[in-house]
Amino acid sequence: MSDDAPREETHKDPEAPDDGGAEAPDDAVAAELVARFDGAVFVRSHGQPVVYADRSTWHDVAAFLRDDQEFTMCIDVTVVDHLGTPERITVDGVAPERFEVVANYLSHPRNRRIRVIAEVPQSDPEIASVADLYPGANFPEREAYDLFGVTFTGHPDLARILMPDEWVGHPLRKDDAPARVPVTFKGNRS
Amino acid sequence: MGLDQVPHNFLTGRIEDVVKWAQRNSCWPATFGLACCAIEMMATGAAHYDLARYGMEVFRASPRQADLMIVAGRVSQKMAPVLRQVYDQMVEPKWVISMGVCASSGGMFNNYAIVQGVDQIVPVDVYVPGCPPGPETLMHGILTLHAAIRSGEIMKRREHTTHGGAGIQLSEPVPA
Amino acid sequence: MSLEETRLERQTDEGAQELRPSELVLTGGQWPDGERDGDTMIINMGPQHPSTHGVLRIMMELDSETVVRAKPVIGYLHTGMEKTGEELSYVQGCTNVTRMDYASPLSNELVYATAVEQLLDLDVPERAQWIRMLLCELNRMSSHLLFQATNGMDLGAVSMMIYGWRDREETLRVLEKITGLRMNHNFIRVGGVAADLPDGWREDLLELCELVERGVQDYETLLSSNPIWLERTVGVGHITTEECLAQSITGPILRSTGFPWDLRKAQPYLAYDQVDFDVIYTENGDVFDRYRIRLYEILESIRIVRQCVEKMPGGDYRVQDLKVTPPPRARIDESMEALIHHFKLFTEGFRVPAGETYAAVESPRGEIGCYMVSNGTAKPARMHIRGPSFYNLQAMGPMIDGCMVADAVAIVSSIDPIMGEVDR
Repeated sequence: MSDDAPREETHKDPEAPDDGGAEAPDDAVAAELVARFDGAVFVRSHGQPVVYADRSTWHDVAAFLRDDQEFTMCIDVTVVDHLGTPERITVDGVAPERFEVVANYLSHPRNRRIRVIAEVPQSDPEIASVADLYPGANFPEREAYDLFGVTFTGHPDLARILMPDEWVGHPLRKDDAPARVPVTFKGNRS
Repeated sequence: MGLDQVPHNFLTGRIEDVVKWAQRNSCWPATFGLACCAIEMMATGAAHYDLARYGMEVFRASPRQADLMIVAGRVSQKMAPVLRQVYDQMVEPKWVISMGVCASSGGMFNNYAIVQGVDQIVPVDVYVPGCPPGPETLMHGILTLHAAIRSGEIMKRREHTTHGGAGIQLSEPVPA
Repeated sequence: MSLEETRLERQTDEGAQELRPSELVLTGGQWPDGERDGDTMIINMGPQHPSTHGVLRIMMELDSETVVRAKPVIGYLHTGMEKTGEELSYVQGCTNVTRMDYASPLSNELVYATAVEQLLDLDVPERAQWIRMLLCELNRMSSHLLFQATNGMDLGAVSMMIYGWRDREETLRVLEKITGLRMNHNFIRVGGVAADLPDGWREDLLELCELVERGVQDYETLLSSNPIWLERTVGVGHITTEECLAQSITGPILRSTGFPWDLRKAQPYLAYDQVDFDVIYTENGDVFDRYRIRLYEILESIRIVRQCVEKMPGGDYRVQDLKVTPPPRARIDESMEALIHHFKLFTEGFRVPAGETYAAVESPRGEIGCYMVSNGTAKPARMHIRGPSFYNLQAMGPMIDGCMVADAVAIVSSIDPIMGEVDR
């Protein structure tokens, strides 16, 4: 018996293109966001609704989601560093930058999620903080600042949280700390 | 250690044995559980694997009252000074078991955040490998330490090689 | 003896803090006999402390025995796991994430594997889903038993430590039989699980369920109506639903405020929609409620485990796609192609097309999520784990203010943080 017999593919058929395209949002919340905010582009990423928002509208988007769309919880705020990445999703209407700030929101009453992504350039790594709207974003924004160096303006206490206070640098940046340090061998001790 | 200065005859030899017996059979660990290894250390102290039969179920929170520091888990850059401070606060005689691969060598976390081996900070007497080491492995490490205390080799080794400090090699030996 | 007003930058090394005007710091010598009232003192609890559940440092501003303000300082276990995650291939990734929440490692593996499978648009076979669900529920049991043990010990019921560990050992024994390891199993992998269930698993699980059920009844008898326990936990560490939602708090803490949100019911994954279980929630939002929720969740997990024993489907325990999962070991001797697949998989790994996704499951501590960005190579471009304890620690603010130091211990214990996933 050989393994050369063809195996059935267990991959799902790919849906309608899930990268790029100024597609009409089929998610109600995303449709509202795209209509209301300039520069907002909707994308379906593996079945999940994602809205790429302009950096200047970051705080307003969060306020709109919380006050108008019943998004009760900001699940997570994080940053992605795309420096040197070989392949990256391209979205029409969104100019890619080095950093992407990603926020996931969850609405309990409507039981739905949405992800909002903003491009942040390397020359000016700064974005508004949503910690005044969602106090739970306090810690994750501090972590993003600590590990990536992205400043969240308006944050009540933007200080290092994971690294020691006197640490220099932002370790999770691709050009900062190496992911693998050389193994140290200690000398023979008899 | 004071007893080494006493000129030995058969009487003081016996006393030294008694002292070593007391030291190894009631070696109280300081609570220094950091990560996953701490869970296995607690499991070793619990009923199934029972460290109490070796006199070690009393994990002292205060380093002043502890003899043994089991560094259980990965030591991050922020924790390293704390580790050294706790070690310094312990009173002689004191021993260190480096539990798990993260404490022994940095483990699988070969990156900026983890001290690559706790022996860069404190002198280690026994390294216990495993990720995490099961309770049996930790007990084997502890019994190895007890055997080394019994034979006295632990005290000799520290004086001649590490000079009591954290792996600092001096160009000349410290005068005895 | 000197009284000096010390700037807080030095005192706390946490950056500038606002200072109450009457605050003074004493250095050396004896305490003055008290002309000063309304003085507060800033002390550190941890990072080396018997009851901070790992290396958590809490800076507390105390007015005699009352905590005026508390601030958690974390980072003492920062392991750079997200950076290591970018260095390890998708095949190796589970070994890394499993060490984040080390009390429930299988949840971490599940969320990582789910995220990668979403990026690959991969369908996991049904038996693998059920095995994963079974393991997650066993993990929920062992994690909540750990909670019972440490919570009891922190509050003074030291025998709970031994009892909780006794039952946890039995659960770990079953987990060891299935996965090969007591902790940090690396068993739930991309494409399914690493191996099939061993012989005799049904009997082992049913025996375990009976044992743990008896244990839980014992703990209930021991603690739930114990007046000392009630004194120490009822009304302590109160939090409301609004505060929880605002602070991104999920899991038993959110459920203790009267809001029955559980991802297993609200956004079912694996096979949770095919088993019967209840979401445990209570109304008061205090330490006692959280203890009871976790205790009853053990019983619900037992219920799910029994249903898994009955309803486990047959089939593959992992996807039969050799580009993603390794071939069975025996095959490697027979087939060159299997050997090549095994080699490529374990040296290079499989490539994932560029994309990004967020996957979330309900771990014993709350919603654990994995935000993953792939870039066409065999290693993730970004692997971020949303660890629930990181967010749950923000609950400490509203809960601790105004309570006593002993209550602070009870509150931290009831939050049940695991520093591995807080600091990553």
